[in-house]
Amino acid sequence: MNSELAESVRQARRPHKVEGWQLFVRTVYARAYPRLIGQQREKSWMFFDIFLPMMAVSAYVFIYRAIGAPEEYIGFVVIGGAMTAFWMNVLWNMSSQLYWEKEQGNLALYIMSPSSMMAVLLGMAMGGMAATILRAGVIILLGSLLFHVSYAVVSFWQLFIVLVFTMLALYGMGMMSASVFLLLSREAYHFVNLAQEPVYLFSGFYFPVKSMGLWVSMLASLIPLTLGLDAMRQLAFPGGAALGFLTVPVEIAILIVLSALFLVGAWWLLRYMEKLAIQEGRLTESRR
Amino acid sequence: MDFAIRTDHLGRIYKIRGGKKTEPRQLEALHDVNLEVRHGELFGLLGPNGAGKTTLIKILTTLLAPTSGQAWVAGLDVTKDPEKVRPRINMVSGGEASGYGLLTVRENLWMFAQFYGLSSGESNRRIDELLEIVGLADRKNTKSSDLSTGLRQKMNIVRGFLTDPDVLFLDEPTLGLDVGASREVRRFVRKWVVDNTDRTLLLTTHYMAEADELCDRVAIINQGRVLACDTPATLKHRLQKEAIFRLEVSPLNGSGPSLFESLPGVRKVLYRAQDGYSVLEFILEHDDVLGGIVNTMTTQDIHILNLQKHEPTLEDVFVDLVGRSMEDVESSQDEETSPG
Repeated sequence: MNSELAESVRQARRPHKVEGWQLFVRTVYARAYPRLIGQQREKSWMFFDIFLPMMAVSAYVFIYRAIGAPEEYIGFVVIGGAMTAFWMNVLWNMSSQLYWEKEQGNLALYIMSPSSMMAVLLGMAMGGMAATILRAGVIILLGSLLFHVSYAVVSFWQLFIVLVFTMLALYGMGMMSASVFLLLSREAYHFVNLAQEPVYLFSGFYFPVKSMGLWVSMLASLIPLTLGLDAMRQLAFPGGAALGFLTVPVEIAILIVLSALFLVGAWWLLRYMEKLAIQEGRLTESRR
Repeated sequence: MDFAIRTDHLGRIYKIRGGKKTEPRQLEALHDVNLEVRHGELFGLLGPNGAGKTTLIKILTTLLAPTSGQAWVAGLDVTKDPEKVRPRINMVSGGEASGYGLLTVRENLWMFAQFYGLSSGESNRRIDELLEIVGLADRKNTKSSDLSTGLRQKMNIVRGFLTDPDVLFLDEPTLGLDVGASREVRRFVRKWVVDNTDRTLLLTTHYMAEADELCDRVAIINQGRVLACDTPATLKHRLQKEAIFRLEVSPLNGSGPSLFESLPGVRKVLYRAQDGYSVLEFILEHDDVLGGIVNTMTTQDIHILNLQKHEPTLEDVFVDLVGRSMEDVESSQDEETSPG
């Protein structure tokens, strides 16, 4: 009887653990936390993520003003400059992140935990997105004030929908590529470097993507920022629609399709990668 | 009988990719491993680096698939039911740098607790309790990047125990720690097992004294094979009918241990050259064999500087099973894997 009592006391002392969707939500929040808290503790982002993009924005603004380009171009550049923060975040803090987590020893702990890797990745994405919105917001605010950009938003609702699906598709792509990059090991770093600058060009970060021609613009549209940026410019500036690549409803529709594709792709690839890594023993053995 | 951990003919072969012109080769990390660990046991896996200890732990923690055989943890098949195994286990590895340097000790531990579904309140209560026990309470608001190796390992230890696992895997938990920190970790582990009699702990180590001090039972593993499995006392008792002597003698000058290996009654000889003298360790069938050794030394003009008879240790058990000391096995592995 005494041992039974002792056993029930021991069981009662055991911590209560939630499962299912509650565990999923807790994991998302917990993994987002380092990203949210990180920007308060590491202030260097103000220089790297705001000052440096602002310099690029300024250079384009001065060129456009020097050649007498339409005033909309100044606004285009400011929004494009803000969006670079998201692209850098997806590349450096999403795509290559699982590789770094593996090197650090966190990946094995994530996989060994009862939580799903999808929740971990979603947490990374949401934390990164929230932190980057602040950076992008500061660039837009500073750029608009410094270069006297005036906005004439056609539809706030459409703008909101464009922003939501651009982020969903972009971070879905980041989650998907994180799985692929995990299998690349050290080469991941070179791929990230390789993907950074060309996308600024092909996605039209500092000019209307339409200028790249139909085929290049179509190919570049696989990166959600291309269409997202184009739609935002059309909705935020009076002459934006004339410089747009496709109509806003079409761009929204494509962004919705891309969001679904990338998120499902991320889920599928993550499961495949985890299975493959466990079979081959590459989950924690980075040098094998 | 229901076991906390059981393996049945478990094996793992790694395919190691060669260069562009070389064929991939295979490395057998585990071979036909059969183990049964009872509930509430502190079970040790003892072996040199590269023996297969970590591979076995990875299989048991669902991080690696076996290439043959089966394994069960808490009665569940690790390959078929990894999702059911994971809530019941946790792992701490020596020298790990998990977590995020920007987060404080408390925040890192809270984050990992969330992945196991603990509420924030419960997590914080347990974190405070465990940090107090390991003597890290005053550093709970320190960024983990500012911690020393020893303190960081204490944080990792707390992470492992925080989720109250049924089976906890400690993979070389004192690796790289100084003597004091290692002792504290061992004391904490021992106390946890005493206080939680229904929990099981599997510890891998290549420190013989650690296994001897902590473990209820020990499996000695080398080159992926389990060579022996029993309580430390029983393993050592196997050698007690034999006599173990350590002799410090004048330099052997090239003749080496071969001089004694062929003598009747000599089971094993270990030889180490020191500065100005040589050390010989003998495992003999019985004490009387020593007379023949002393005679041989006299005829060879070898002077005995010191002679000790000692009680067998797990190191002696390892030597008896493998034929070499663990240190020798590790250094020969280093030579095999070193470039050139």
